[in-house]
Amino acid sequence: MELFRIKKDIPFMRHALVLNAVSLITFLAAVFFLFSRGLNLSVEFTGGTVMEVAYEQPADLDAVRKVVANLGYADVPVQNFGTSRDVMMRLPILQGQSSGQQAEAMMAALKAQNPAVALRRTEFVGPQVGRELLEDGLKALAVVIAGIMLYLAIRFEWKYAVSGVIANLHDVVIILGFFAFFQWEFSLAVLAAVLAVLGYSVNESVVIFDRIRETFRRQRKMGPVQVIDHAITSTISRTIITHGATQTMVLSMLLFGGPTLHHFALALTIGICFGIYSSVFVAAAIAMWLGIRREDLIKTPGKKGDPDDPNSGAVV
Amino acid sequence: MNRYPLWKYAIIVVALLIATIYTLPNFFGEAPAVQVSSGKATVKLDAGMVSRVERALEAARITADAIQFDGNSVKARFASTDLQIQARDVIDHALNPDPAERSHVVALNLLPRTPAWLQSLGAAPMYLGLDLRGGVHFMLQVDMPGALTKRAETLASDLRSALRDKNIRHGGIRRDGQGLELRLRDAATEAAARDVLAEQFPDLLVSARQEGGDYLLGAALKPEAARRIQEQALKQNINTLHNRINELGVAEPVIQQQGLDRIVVQLPGVQDTAKAKDILGRTATLELRMVDESAEGRAAESGAGPVPFGSERHLDRNGQAVITRREVLLTGENLTDAQAGFDSQNHEAAVHLTLDAKGARIFRDVTRENIGKRMAILLFEKGKGEVVTAPVIRGEIGGGRVQITGRMSTVEANDTALLLRAGSLAAPMEIIEERTIGPSLGADNIAKGFHSVIWGFAVIAAFMCVYYLLFGVFSSIALSVNLLLLVAVLSMLQATLTLPGIAAMALALGMAIDSNVLINERVREELRNGAAPQTAINAGYEHAWDTILDSNITTLIAGVALLAFGSGPVRGFAVVHCIGILTSMFSAVFFSRGLVNLWYGRQKKLKSVSIGTVWTPGQAPAKAD
Repeated sequence: MELFRIKKDIPFMRHALVLNAVSLITFLAAVFFLFSRGLNLSVEFTGGTVMEVAYEQPADLDAVRKVVANLGYADVPVQNFGTSRDVMMRLPILQGQSSGQQAEAMMAALKAQNPAVALRRTEFVGPQVGRELLEDGLKALAVVIAGIMLYLAIRFEWKYAVSGVIANLHDVVIILGFFAFFQWEFSLAVLAAVLAVLGYSVNESVVIFDRIRETFRRQRKMGPVQVIDHAITSTISRTIITHGATQTMVLSMLLFGGPTLHHFALALTIGICFGIYSSVFVAAAIAMWLGIRREDLIKTPGKKGDPDDPNSGAVV
Repeated sequence: MNRYPLWKYAIIVVALLIATIYTLPNFFGEAPAVQVSSGKATVKLDAGMVSRVERALEAARITADAIQFDGNSVKARFASTDLQIQARDVIDHALNPDPAERSHVVALNLLPRTPAWLQSLGAAPMYLGLDLRGGVHFMLQVDMPGALTKRAETLASDLRSALRDKNIRHGGIRRDGQGLELRLRDAATEAAARDVLAEQFPDLLVSARQEGGDYLLGAALKPEAARRIQEQALKQNINTLHNRINELGVAEPVIQQQGLDRIVVQLPGVQDTAKAKDILGRTATLELRMVDESAEGRAAESGAGPVPFGSERHLDRNGQAVITRREVLLTGENLTDAQAGFDSQNHEAAVHLTLDAKGARIFRDVTRENIGKRMAILLFEKGKGEVVTAPVIRGEIGGGRVQITGRMSTVEANDTALLLRAGSLAAPMEIIEERTIGPSLGADNIAKGFHSVIWGFAVIAAFMCVYYLLFGVFSSIALSVNLLLLVAVLSMLQATLTLPGIAAMALALGMAIDSNVLINERVREELRNGAAPQTAINAGYEHAWDTILDSNITTLIAGVALLAFGSGPVRGFAVVHCIGILTSMFSAVFFSRGLVNLWYGRQKKLKSVSIGTVWTPGQAPAKAD
């Protein structure tokens, strides 16, 4: 069985300009939503108390909301979590009351309304912890980007490093844009997913760059654009299959992983889809605009053989 | 060209063997158990406890599957939960004959059912995080400025009495934040005060300035002294927490320092957060009293008479009664430090106590008036007092430095010092993070994580087998070897497995197949370009290797950054992610090549390779030079 029967190199780069414009618009839209709506940060970042309770029967959310409102919490999100019997609520930090007291008071009130309620979990995070987590997350992001750029610059060349990282950031910002647009909860697990996508998506660019380098070496008659097209075409089958496999795993998490892994898997799904697109049309295209050349990569043999190389004139 | 030397196969076999051994414990599940641990800091468990538990069980005709001692606790495993509960009651009754005075904690626990031969190899199942097994998690912030301020106050009153002793008149000592300010009238007293500071307060950094004819001496804690105070405060708070948590009867509490000023407490299986918090916040108190040495008191001590009015009867560690007066001379508040050490003259083990200025003054007065008599140091925990030590006063003791000696071993001296220190928290603490996970949620999370991994794995393996035929089968076997190695390494490291960790496991498998897809696609490509089967296999692996290395290193960079900066769930994810990348390099490249070599490598005239249809375009294949 062979899924991809490609006779000729597909001229991916012919449409690069249009697609890059599309990318730019998506990117700007993501940035816009990030700033206009902001991320719906989880309690881990903002501080506060999360309570998850389970009922024996499907929960009556309105009744629960009434109980919550009676305790003096305004605008507290009360929602089903996973199944219709589980209810999750996020309580803001109250001055002069510890989270334990908050949770106990809430439990007592819920028990009074319906005795068949059981506490599944509570989670309290102080405000200073949240700020630190956010800072650490940003630091991790910076280190990942710097590390990957450095590695690519050493292994390939700075043009590849720049294009690889831009493609990466494009993915990350778009994931964040999705989370801002739909107001999905952005938790620590999602942050982990976003950073994993960084490593994963650059992986894709690396595979294509590797092929570009190899094609530069082997096909001396091809110009950079043709080389890029050839590299993408010859790796496209692997790209689709690999991402398909990873996506299968992520899909399995989405289906079986329950609510805790839901947003994690969602972030990965967006990351994988945009990862394919961005490594082909963003990373490779930017590398093209930056003007990658054979000489950049194949230094020693290039310099030595250049004056006598009959093919050197064929470089466009 | 497609043959591995024998040593490479040997590496594979050995790696698989080790991985299998260390993965095995995860399949035995857990058995109900009873855990016995010390309920008080003064009670130490030793191997003799095993036979005590054995005897108690024998007397009640309960058979335990295994009884073991692990240095801190004795654990007995049982066949069923019914037996477990019966045994708990029996052991509890045997070890704590007096229900009011529980010297041992007897708790229900789950123990891995790992066979003894595996245990002797050090194999143990993966350590499950709280989100997978349920329990309570606290993060406490130690108030370090508070600890330093407290210390500065102690120093201020120490300084006051030191100056009084030397008859140096001063215009007042003021505590300014964590520093002190001493006001003096003239240059002569300033010089004298400086001498006192240099001599008796090595921890202080002195600076001088003049203000309107007055001489001002500023004294601040030296940075290294401040650091030492903070370290001690943290250590002491952890000790105190340990003692208090013992009371809860939690089977495997985790109490760890995190960063410079934080303590993480994890109590698996505990559901009652309110009680846990209550106990964490409780203080034990230390009291200094005189021993009642009247005739009635002595009679009561030997058990011959009633306890006289105005006195109380307490037991010491050996169960010996000590009759003390009710009047409290000093409390733990006046004790700044207690350290084990040696007597400078006869090199006997000793405990050195440091009292603050107020405590020192009281202590000096008490000792001057009571030479030849006995005093008692009592520790009150859970409302019950215990005599830590009851020494005879040999002479007047001033200066706030007290040494307790006499028929003590070094271990006892250490214990006593610990106990004295453990009485109170060195610095106030605040709960800044708290998580409770119910046991049903933990079990749910395990099932969900497990299903995600298994279904994803099955679909990928099925696809690979259909798409790449025999090579797909090899890839699938390599993938399962990856899973095996990953679980083995996690079990070996005893890294905490959390739900994000399981997610990372699934992701690692999804990403590991990338290497095999790269290889298989390369081999197909070589075949398409007209290479002979053996050459194609070799070239496919060779060419794919560069790409695999590059892409794994970039992924690893992200993983390591997550590990370095992440906390909690992110860290749990990162650990598995990084290990998964490393194991995938072994399994997907080295191991799968081994399989291929074993299958095809011996065939000299290999005509075709089972890697699915290799479709060649109608035109001549592009020539590679």
